[in-house]
Amino acid sequence: MMLEFIQHLVNGLSLGSIYALIALGYTMVFGVLQLINFAHGDVYMLGAYIGMYTAHFFQLGQNSSVLALIFTITVSMITCAVVGFLIEKFAYRPLRKSPRINVLITAIGVSLFLEFSGQLLFGPDPKFFPQIFKPSGDWSIGELKINPLQILVFFISIILMSVLQTIIFKTRLGRAMRAVSFNHDLASLMGIPTHRIISYTFMLGSGLAGAAGVLVGLTYPKIDPLMGTMPGLKAFVAAVLGGIGNITGAVIGAMTLGLAEEFLVGYWAPTYRDALAFGILILILLFKPTGLFGVKQTEKV
Amino acid sequence: MNKSSGVQSTGLTQEKLLEVEKVSVYYGAIQAIREISFHIAQGEIVTLLGANGAGKTTVLRAISGLIKPSQGKISYRNEIISKLSPDQIVRRRICQAPEGRGIFLNLSVFENLDLGAWTAPDPKTFDKDLNQVFELFPRLGERQNQNAGTLSGGEQQMLAIGRALMGHPELLLLDEPSLGLAPQIIEKIFEIIQKINCDGMTILLVEQNALQALHIAHRGVVLEAGNLVTQGTAQMLLSTDEIRKAYLGE
Ligand SMILES: Nc1ncnc2c1ncn2[C@@H]1O[C@H](COP(=O)(O)OP(=O)(O)O)[C@@H](O)[C@H]1O
Ligand SMILES: [Mg+2]
Repeated sequence: MMLEFIQHLVNGLSLGSIYALIALGYTMVFGVLQLINFAHGDVYMLGAYIGMYTAHFFQLGQNSSVLALIFTITVSMITCAVVGFLIEKFAYRPLRKSPRINVLITAIGVSLFLEFSGQLLFGPDPKFFPQIFKPSGDWSIGELKINPLQILVFFISIILMSVLQTIIFKTRLGRAMRAVSFNHDLASLMGIPTHRIISYTFMLGSGLAGAAGVLVGLTYPKIDPLMGTMPGLKAFVAAVLGGIGNITGAVIGAMTLGLAEEFLVGYWAPTYRDALAFGILILILLFKPTGLFGVKQTEKV
Repeated sequence: MNKSSGVQSTGLTQEKLLEVEKVSVYYGAIQAIREISFHIAQGEIVTLLGANGAGKTTVLRAISGLIKPSQGKISYRNEIISKLSPDQIVRRRICQAPEGRGIFLNLSVFENLDLGAWTAPDPKTFDKDLNQVFELFPRLGERQNQNAGTLSGGEQQMLAIGRALMGHPELLLLDEPSLGLAPQIIEKIFEIIQKINCDGMTILLVEQNALQALHIAHRGVVLEAGNLVTQGTAQMLLSTDEIRKAYLGE
């Protein structure tokens, strides 16, 4: 009984931390642009493929070390950050003064573009993600067996989130990001170059999604060009659950969703895994649209 | 190019720091200001007066580059700035304390002030500048780690002004600093405005509170429904019965 519980807990935290890495990008971009970046899940997909190709190229599947993993994650994060930069610059920036609906349609367009480009470039069939970090076996504590990969995913995510937290709350760049998310005009009256800060925000969010792509490849080693859709939607739900725009809220929302999913699947109804997120979304939108930790957005002039 | 006979020497240098020439601004199809022309000389306090909706904030937004004039031009130190972006204009040392106590309510008092220094010419003067602001507004020093949203209205206004000062302005734009504040606090803020002007800063002061503003200003510019209706020395505006009646609420 207890063993099973701990098992689900570990799985839930690991899954939740992957949702959290993706949800942070949604929530940060929403913070600065009031935009739901529907292409974000696809950036996560790209992250997985970039990780795969990096591992193949450097033949990391054979050394299988933490260093190889860190290297792969770094390459994927940097590449995804560049992709995020380009998406913002070429798809969203020209629409900065357009009606919200135009931007939303563009976001869906970018998402489809990335998915079809992925199918074209990587092939539509699932591929195996190389085992760049392969633990020698499960950790057993008495009868409890834990896959060290799950723990590793959790810890790497925590480290990345702490770095992000530090950037946002302790650096001048983070201060500028929070200023821009409060009000663009006011931020630019400080001399803050708002376009550039928005670019940085996309880069940070996309980098985290890239890391999530690699971590998922590590634990669920089949990747395909449409793999971003479902986790993307779920991370979005997690961001809404935590109050979209709220950094801490996104992490808590994602962890809640990850745990809820694992416990639901483990104890009750395995086939309803994907339905849970949508159920939560509907409930939140009905009863508390600002999310659990959301404050009412200050209206823009 | 004196447009109005009211523009006279105020005993200050006559070097034009800022010149607004025939500037019109539209919001969509609505014209907010129509061919506005005035200038500010180095060292002056010029007050921009007018009722609610007259177009005062729009003039400040145009100077700061938040909105582009559809006609006319704005120059600063003989350089046309009306095509520059807001952050480039701040780098020319034109800083604004926006209306409605426009401060970052999601940041602390200290963080607000720090952002005000984003373009400060020399980062090494930060501590000194901060202390100067705290000397002017001791309440801000006491509350520097508090969230700006927890400040009272007067303190928020002080923060908006203090934050603008952190950017080392040569021209300070103040949008209705007295709005919604108690009379004693208004008096204090006006005193401080006068003090920083005496220390050499040029100020464009937007006010509805015309009498009080004219008492500290060198010159005034009066807007009505988007048009400039009169401008002249503060003395002249204060002494003309007609103007007192029509624009100063008497
Ligand atoms: N963002 C906006 N969109 C449309 N009209 C606006 C906007 N801002 C101001 N206006 C209009 O422009 C005119 C001038 O406004 P404003 O410059 O704010 O006046 P003031 O600061 O003197 O009260 C007003 O009629 C106002 O309704
Ligand atoms: Mg106004």
